[in-house]
Amino acid sequence: MPSLAIANLKASYGSVPVLDGISLDVGTGEILGLIGPSGSGKSTILRILIGLLKPSSGSIRLDGAMVDYNNANDVRRVRDRLAIVFQQYNLFQNMTVLENVTIAPVRIKKRPRKEVEYHARALLEKVGLGDKLQSYPDQLSGGQQQRVAIARALALKPEILLLDEITAALDPELVSEVLDTIRLLAREGMTMLIVSHEMGFIREVASKVAFMATGKVIEMGAPAQIFDAPREVRTREFVAKIIRH
Amino acid sequence: MLTRLVAELPEFFSYYNIVFLAKAALATFALSAVGSITGVLAGFALAVTRLTRSIWLAPLRWLTVLLTELFRRIPFLVTLMLVFFAFQLSGFDLPLFAVALIAVFLIASAYLAEIIRAGFESVHRNQWDAAAAMNFSMLETIRYVIVPQAWRIILPPAFGFFILFIKDTALASQIGVIELTYAGKVLNNKGFSAALVFGTLLVLYFLISYPLMRLGARLEASLAQPRHR
Repeated sequence: MPSLAIANLKASYGSVPVLDGISLDVGTGEILGLIGPSGSGKSTILRILIGLLKPSSGSIRLDGAMVDYNNANDVRRVRDRLAIVFQQYNLFQNMTVLENVTIAPVRIKKRPRKEVEYHARALLEKVGLGDKLQSYPDQLSGGQQQRVAIARALALKPEILLLDEITAALDPELVSEVLDTIRLLAREGMTMLIVSHEMGFIREVASKVAFMATGKVIEMGAPAQIFDAPREVRTREFVAKIIRH
Repeated sequence: MLTRLVAELPEFFSYYNIVFLAKAALATFALSAVGSITGVLAGFALAVTRLTRSIWLAPLRWLTVLLTELFRRIPFLVTLMLVFFAFQLSGFDLPLFAVALIAVFLIASAYLAEIIRAGFESVHRNQWDAAAAMNFSMLETIRYVIVPQAWRIILPPAFGFFILFIKDTALASQIGVIELTYAGKVLNNKGFSAALVFGTLLVLYFLISYPLMRLGARLEASLAQPRHR
């Protein structure tokens, strides 16, 4: 049974349509890779899921229950179960690494500080930043900041993790340290939606891949099928272009 | 000239005049302090109101925009007169000093609302996104994320405003509030030389604004190195 089911989702920025009837399923423990050219609406799906953008129509179900994104309580409940990592990390600049990771669990989820800090230290250790607890974001490299952002998302104990082009803003030599962290999570069975241009990585970790263009899902399938034997012309063209680079 | 000034000194610094000047300085100080403090509080509330998104609060947002734009655009003196005559017309017998307090409150709120709003807007949009995605409410976001970052953008223009404001309270003399400038004119009219009277005012205005300048400089310095808190 899928833990997340999106059906016929439509959305627009003002009068510009960005999603034109998207349907996707993600089962528990699955990793869905979203690929496609810029502007195809991949990131928009994640922003809608976490409640930063309202869909204009369509339905989103979480464990079978319909989520009404116009209802503040529904949005709050969804944000309690999902976490997102952004392209630009979006770490709080006024807080240390440890504060960034602990603030939401302590202040918003009202969990005991001791327990949260213990968990946060373990998470930061896991992403390789156990020695940076008291650093501020602007003292860290992009790759380190992004790993803090991943730890911050994990501290929320999400059921589903959304990754929005998390290596797109990084220098090439910093990409692998972030991807290694995600590989670790994949092995642990974390359910994830990954928007990325790192095709090799998607192919490696994703359980299924959706190719999107102009606000639609053009093709969805197993990574091997999408990358090696695409059925649609646009998928084939996109994959060919990417591989050639 | 100088000998004349020196000759005037004993009479100028008579007990009566000293009390008169001290009271006037206190009035200037009170107008500035009340204006600045209530202005920060109300300005903060106005800036926060403008950040709300709910359609139910739309009328409140329009009112906020109207108030800030209005009182920033009309001269201090005109605002003062408006408040003065509004109370006269409505028949409320308010002391002049209270009228001046209301005027400084309106003006300071409008200016500080804009200074604070600009500070809020200096914080990157992605900080709001991150907070919202983790279920921070608007007020929680402002408290934990926005204000700690906006603070150092807000301080310099805010203190600049406070200093200007101390001098602007002199306009309250125009409706007859006995503050420093008014007191100076009274003493001048009594026959004391202008150099002596206004020289004294200069020193008094400086004494009121200097500690404020130092405080502002100190706060800015401490914020310049947030690492070493």
